[in-house]
Amino acid sequence: MRKTSLDMVFELARRDPRVVFIGSDLGVGTLDGMKKELPERFFMEGVAEQNVIGMAAGMAMEGFIPYVNTIATFLTRRCYEQVAIDLCLHKLPVRLIGSGGGMVYAPLGPTHLAVEDIAIMRALPNMTVVAVSDAAEMTRLMGQSLDWPGPLYIRLGKGGDRVISRPDDDFCIGRAILRRPPGAVLVVATGIATTQALEAADTLAAEGIACGVLHMHTVKPLDVAALRAQMDGVRLLVTVEEHTIVGGLGAAVLEALADGDLAPPRIRRLGIPDAFVKDYGSQEHLLAGFGLDAAGIARTIRAGLSQ
Amino acid sequence: MNTASMPTPASTSLDERSRRLRRMVIAALDGGGRGHLGSSMSLIEIVRVLYDDVMSHRPAEPRWEGRDRFILSKGHGCLALYAVLADKGYFPEAELVRFCRAGSYLGGHPEAGKVPGVEASTGALGHGLSIGVGAALGLRLKRSAARVFVAMGDGEINEGSVWEAAMAAGKHRLSSLTALVDYNKIQSYGFVAEVQPLEPLADKWRAFGFAVEEIDGHNLAALRRVLATPDAEGRPKAVICHTVKGRGVPFAENDPDWHHKSRIPAPQIAEMYAALETV
Repeated sequence: MRKTSLDMVFELARRDPRVVFIGSDLGVGTLDGMKKELPERFFMEGVAEQNVIGMAAGMAMEGFIPYVNTIATFLTRRCYEQVAIDLCLHKLPVRLIGSGGGMVYAPLGPTHLAVEDIAIMRALPNMTVVAVSDAAEMTRLMGQSLDWPGPLYIRLGKGGDRVISRPDDDFCIGRAILRRPPGAVLVVATGIATTQALEAADTLAAEGIACGVLHMHTVKPLDVAALRAQMDGVRLLVTVEEHTIVGGLGAAVLEALADGDLAPPRIRRLGIPDAFVKDYGSQEHLLAGFGLDAAGIARTIRAGLSQ
Repeated sequence: MNTASMPTPASTSLDERSRRLRRMVIAALDGGGRGHLGSSMSLIEIVRVLYDDVMSHRPAEPRWEGRDRFILSKGHGCLALYAVLADKGYFPEAELVRFCRAGSYLGGHPEAGKVPGVEASTGALGHGLSIGVGAALGLRLKRSAARVFVAMGDGEINEGSVWEAAMAAGKHRLSSLTALVDYNKIQSYGFVAEVQPLEPLADKWRAFGFAVEEIDGHNLAALRRVLATPDAEGRPKAVICHTVKGRGVPFAENDPDWHHKSRIPAPQIAEMYAALETV
């Protein structure tokens, strides 16, 4: 997913002279092709996220479209005020590509986990927040990112994530994709959690439980119309996100349901509890620990239905 | 040159234009019932010289592509900028007295897109220099000769982000960029020398790759001289402007209590106008 997104930056830069890339001390060899072919529009800056965001703002004020990439937690938390004031208040077309969204950097511990990025980005006016499910969907998103008005936060998964999106999805920023029509259950998920939700739905289908999956790749602006369109007959709604349960997708969905008088009889929110992640290991290990893998999602749904 | 050998800024008298701009600041302060008087008064000559003598700009066409860019990073000094912009015709002078009022576009910190002539919304400190770095890089990509000026406060440069930006400006050898420090020696709580000393300030900027000038920030000739051209050797420029906080209102000069004031009684406003005529 990361490679695809950066390859697409190069591709977009070839196509459009307004595109510039700004990295913050990324790994050796990042976008070498662009550096060689378009050296003037390739910037590899120091470990200075505040400056990188301000600099991107200044370039956007001059008519450029900067794509900024670094580790998600540093791109959101470290320079939050710059993102809020320099990008959002000015409504500038800067694209923030956050590597390692969620618990991708599991072995590196809580300093490197981006588990509240969606919440804090979502709180900012003018910001758009997108978490696609796989590399193929990333290509579609990046193509649309060029002329998207205002700042855009793109949350990256690990890479090598299973491709579940389809060319005929009609991917559109801000428009949810119905992966599976709901029965008594509807799961709303974002990012790679959608992949886990689909797997859980398969398992449950074999048990006779009809479970829909709505892929909410864009968490802000939330596609409330898509949510409303699927609520008929839903007895249990489950939100799934690789993110704290505070302020993320689940919270956004609850807000929309409350505001629209759409709440179904039961709602469960799956995410990371309001605590710092204590364990290491792999992303899969942590996901399973929080019940965010397919088995965990299926468990929550069974329990939700039987209560 | 070290600070000790700098001329005492207040030793130079103000000309009628500098007094007129300060009267505009007082009018806005009076109209809004509040404002950063000290922080604005120290800036007047810096902003005046930029707009009168240094920058290419078109008041009737604020977004003219060929303009030089001015970013007031110390956004709380906006009364100085508002006075100069109004004087230049960017917006009607009558708007000044509506400063900070409901429905006005002149807020307590300047906002781009609201105030004609304001390039960037500032107020949260330590943002302007990075924006200036980005603007200078963007202008370089566009093969533009336009220059970028960023004015910062002395307290403001306590922010680490300023020094991140300074590193980047040095790395990219942004000769079109000029950083100005309004060194009035007083920050919000008290004297810079006590709250967070900055010396040796010129050495700091030099170490980050800047060509450094140190001048009396109320001296028009000195400002014109150092701002006229970019550095001949291609470095970004830092101009440390030794100024007097509250300059022009003797009872407010060098007094931390006048950093920001609200609810100033009418007789004191009258005293300010009167005092201005004596300097």
